[in-house]
Amino acid sequence: MQSNRLGWILLAPTLVILFFFGVLPFIYVVYVSFHQWNPFAADPTMIFNGADNFRKIVFDAEFLNSVSVTVIFVLFAVISELVVGYVLAQAFMKEFPGKAIFRTIHTLPLIMAPIIVGSVWKLMMTPSIGIIPHYLNAWFGISINIGTSPVAAFATIIIMDIWHWTPLVTLTLIAALVSLPPDPFEQAQIDGANKRQIFFHITVPMIAPAVVATVFIRLMDALRTVDEVWMLTGGGPGSATRFVGVHIFKEVFPKTNYGYGSTISVIVLYLTIVACWLLYVTMLAPRNKKD
Amino acid sequence: MKKNNPIIAIVFWSLVSFLTLFPIYWLFVISVKPAVQLFSTPDVILSDPYWGNYAKVWGDRLLRSYMVNSLVISTGNALLCTTLGFFACYALSRFKMAGKESLFFWTITNRMAPPAVFLLPLFLLMTQVYAVGDFRLLDTRIGMILVYCTFNLPFAIWTLRPTLDGIPKELDEAAYVDGASSWKVITEIVFPLCRPGLAVTLILTWVFAWNEYLLAATLTNFNARTLTTGLSEYVTTTGTEWGIMATISVFTLIPALIVFGLVQKHIVAGLTFGAVKG
Repeated sequence: MQSNRLGWILLAPTLVILFFFGVLPFIYVVYVSFHQWNPFAADPTMIFNGADNFRKIVFDAEFLNSVSVTVIFVLFAVISELVVGYVLAQAFMKEFPGKAIFRTIHTLPLIMAPIIVGSVWKLMMTPSIGIIPHYLNAWFGISINIGTSPVAAFATIIIMDIWHWTPLVTLTLIAALVSLPPDPFEQAQIDGANKRQIFFHITVPMIAPAVVATVFIRLMDALRTVDEVWMLTGGGPGSATRFVGVHIFKEVFPKTNYGYGSTISVIVLYLTIVACWLLYVTMLAPRNKKD
Repeated sequence: MKKNNPIIAIVFWSLVSFLTLFPIYWLFVISVKPAVQLFSTPDVILSDPYWGNYAKVWGDRLLRSYMVNSLVISTGNALLCTTLGFFACYALSRFKMAGKESLFFWTITNRMAPPAVFLLPLFLLMTQVYAVGDFRLLDTRIGMILVYCTFNLPFAIWTLRPTLDGIPKELDEAAYVDGASSWKVITEIVFPLCRPGLAVTLILTWVFAWNEYLLAATLTNFNARTLTTGLSEYVTTTGTEWGIMATISVFTLIPALIVFGLVQKHIVAGLTFGAVKG
């Protein structure tokens, strides 16, 4: 074994960059989270207020609401993406003419900027110019308005998220399905297992790492989503689509409540790390250690 | 495997493709409509395209310079993150360093931070602390390349780790026995074997950097402004210029499309993100 010094030398640039652009800003945010501060006010002094911000957060109905809205959004979106992604990945496992073209088409949403996705869906859904409300009304007599109906806005965001991120799930699951060895499946068929048994007892356990990895990355990104939602609904109507990321954004920019916004960020970051750490330690790490 | 009727598959996939493509198609439709027609009855079928928006965007020198900035920043960032991520993963997978697994997890926590609040500290650091003489990191391409590392470098490390773990250590050891230097082992033995994983990492980090909006909107104002920030400049208090916005979006989409098309084949092989085959 070579000396560990080479290892640290190879890691050094990464650690230096993440320190200057990740850790230092984080320390600053933690520091600010103990203060009351409006950097854009006439008198931009930081006022130390101890743990007041943290006390406030526990009773902050808006924040708690944003957390529950986020959790519902993440559950709906990630589960739908997994189901749709799995069905599509399985469909891609068969040979059919034009498969390569269809797969390319299916991956297209992945490369679109969140802010563009937000504006496209806004273009399609805005009542006066959007095509979807227009035809829903003309053909079925349903009138939807994402500007006034919380349910419509929430549903639109979920559909948008499914549209945007299912391709990533599909690709990851294809990668997992392709690498499955055929033997267990053949063995199960010989033993007379039915389709459902094969699915639950062989396929699911074998693709579980890939599923967890996908949930991991989607969870992480869904919790910090801002661009798309901000563009489409601005968090409204009311607080129907005010996810945590958007909530913090609103707290910091329009309300210029920087100290409190920092507190929320620290808490949210902490919760995200804990959730991801648990997922990682219980599901991913043990498998990685096998070799 | 059982035989399937290809007709059903094609019909199914045509339907899925229609749903996938429609929003992108609609973006294009909006981009070739003059502003006055936007509010008339929306037609699904495109007739009589109007290229004025394209002429306007292409003729805008400012937007062209934004595009160059976007290209430089995302290419620089993708190369930097993939290279550093490759070195970091080699270290993490080959050496028995104390606490390396915690370090590995720590890198990804940098990606989890809610972005809104981190804008200000980054802004302050880049104006006041990371400055040499008259040079400030704010609003420079190199500054944005480094800032984007906060989300792309962890992603690169997490995507490349399974690839490097999958390469047998015996290969390195055999080369060392033959008297090769560490540099030679990394560049001539390990690197070529990682190519599919590196290609995917390079492309995905490129796309993420190309698409980033919030940081670019705050940390640049003129010299390093990117194409995505150009979009929001057309959402004004007097009304949104949807046609121009859609046109810029199309311009943003095309390079990403080309880059992504190049690696379609490798994308599945390289996408494992932390999930190692058991």
